[in-house]
Amino acid sequence: MNAFAQLFSQYDIPGAFLVNIELTLWSALFSTILGVMLLLMRISPISSLRRIARGYVELFKNMPLTIIMVFMVLGVYAQLKLSFSTTFATNFFWLAITGLSLYTAAFVCESLRSGINTVPIGQAEAARALGLNFWQAATQVILPQAIRGSVAPLGNTFIALLKNSTVAAAASVATETSTMMSEMIEYHADLIVPIFLTFAFGYVILIIPFGALTTYLSNKLAVRR
Amino acid sequence: MANATTNNDTDTSVLFDAPGPRGRQRIRIANVVAIVIFAIILVLIFMRLHNPPEGENQLAWDLWKPALDAEAWTDFYLPGLWMTVKAAFVAVIGSVAFGILFGVGRLLPAAPVRWVSAVIVEFCRAVPVLMMMIFFWRLFAFMGMEDPAYWSVVLGLVLYNGSVVAELVRSGVGNLPNGQHEAALALGLTRTQSLMQVEVPQAIYAMLPAAVTQLVVVLKDTALGSIIMYTDLLQESRRLGSMYFNILQTLVVAAVIYFVLCWLLSRLAEWLPSRMQRHTAAPAEPEVVAPIAIMDPSNVNQIAVAKESGELPRGGAPRTYHEHHRGSNASIHEWQKTRYMQGYDEKHPDVARQRHRLDVPLPGVPGARKNRDEDESHDDERPDGQERKA
Repeated sequence: MNAFAQLFSQYDIPGAFLVNIELTLWSALFSTILGVMLLLMRISPISSLRRIARGYVELFKNMPLTIIMVFMVLGVYAQLKLSFSTTFATNFFWLAITGLSLYTAAFVCESLRSGINTVPIGQAEAARALGLNFWQAATQVILPQAIRGSVAPLGNTFIALLKNSTVAAAASVATETSTMMSEMIEYHADLIVPIFLTFAFGYVILIIPFGALTTYLSNKLAVRR
Repeated sequence: MANATTNNDTDTSVLFDAPGPRGRQRIRIANVVAIVIFAIILVLIFMRLHNPPEGENQLAWDLWKPALDAEAWTDFYLPGLWMTVKAAFVAVIGSVAFGILFGVGRLLPAAPVRWVSAVIVEFCRAVPVLMMMIFFWRLFAFMGMEDPAYWSVVLGLVLYNGSVVAELVRSGVGNLPNGQHEAALALGLTRTQSLMQVEVPQAIYAMLPAAVTQLVVVLKDTALGSIIMYTDLLQESRRLGSMYFNILQTLVVAAVIYFVLCWLLSRLAEWLPSRMQRHTAAPAEPEVVAPIAIMDPSNVNQIAVAKESGELPRGGAPRTYHEHHRGSNASIHEWQKTRYMQGYDEKHPDVARQRHRLDVPLPGVPGARKNRDEDESHDDERPDGQERKA
């Protein structure tokens, strides 16, 4: 037990979780922006935009996140020389966020689109009858209701994003939890089970309140009809 | 994972009116502008590939040739693909077994069994797959097992995806009409017998399309194995790329292989629900995003709930459950496709018909009278479920 307590002073475990939370929050922000743009493209009257958005979503939905992350570092950075910063750690951190955001945006778009399916047809017809054009109907009538209807799938997407942030290990982000756990186990093989349980319960503690909040919000925000 | 019933290229969406001549003109211009912008972005990407700063031309055939020739396929991609498919296949079998075991465990009448199953399922859903893989990899290596990377990939995937399948089993049973359970009890079966002989078999049919969707997730997640040195497709393509210094090219080839496989599986998952719906009274519609809100007691399939199938599976009684989107009472499904009928009420399909008929027959006109009678007899032959589609 004493050796286990010593691990906490030796390794900055809360700091590692903080890195994952930072990765998640930045990626959530960027993927939401990109996802809403994709959604608007996907439901717009302009057929080429619809096709482009659909192609993007299909591409990233059927692509392993790991290969995107590896591609970010070995392809985009090492071969194409695109970098965010001259510091290695900062550069890999932002490359990981780019990969996570590109990947998650496809799922954000799908979640929002499933929310649109819960808005009754009468709402769209009423908006058109009032003379609203596509942009007005989408932003003032459909989307506000669709977003409220898609809280639960969106919450699941972001829970998956938090768990996926561990894949940043593939993008050489060395300070996040999965890399730290691997390293700790390597040097303290006798404590393998307590080390795993520590990190596992860290995620359980992060995710269960978020899941409960999602459920609460999806009930609270749902449009009563 | 795509939602099968939402059509993707709706040319006549309800969101906007059918465009007139000026609208069409504007859409044409916007199309051209969008295509030009897209082309410019593509050209910029290719220029970067052609001429990266202080780097070599990534489009050169010298780099693509070793990534595409026969040796690359026989020595790297195909063995890697075999390892990927092997792990994914074993993991799917394992996770369905795990899922049925603990999904049923969460439904059994005995409280301790329920609690233990619930704790295991919720734990496995919350912990990132990569963490479990790393843990088992180290553990198996210490235990001196053969091939620790393979078994840790399989076990990690089984635990996570199995817990998702367990939730699917549970929601499949939850989405069944109450009549199924009530009828089983009325026949004298116990609660456990009703569960095992009536409800779970139907839930498994309802779950199959979503399980195929989960297969896509499993296939994608096997790529995590490359982080723990499992020699899957991704790892093999990295090895090939580091031999010829063409890692960008080999990664692109691997990405295309992954994409084609996952895309084909997604198509299969879209095609399955209509077939599976014949065998079950629960909605056989896969989730858009696989995991269901954690700790959600009702745990219903959001999309399936938002949507109602017009047909009555197995010719049963009309559904009285899940007519509304949970929490929102939205009851119109596929609103982008269905036509709204004035005065039609799903709960009382007869009312609208009566109301229309009041206007038609004129007193004293025998022909109209006769027509109405014919109409009525014709109506009676048709069951309600078919009529609403007319």
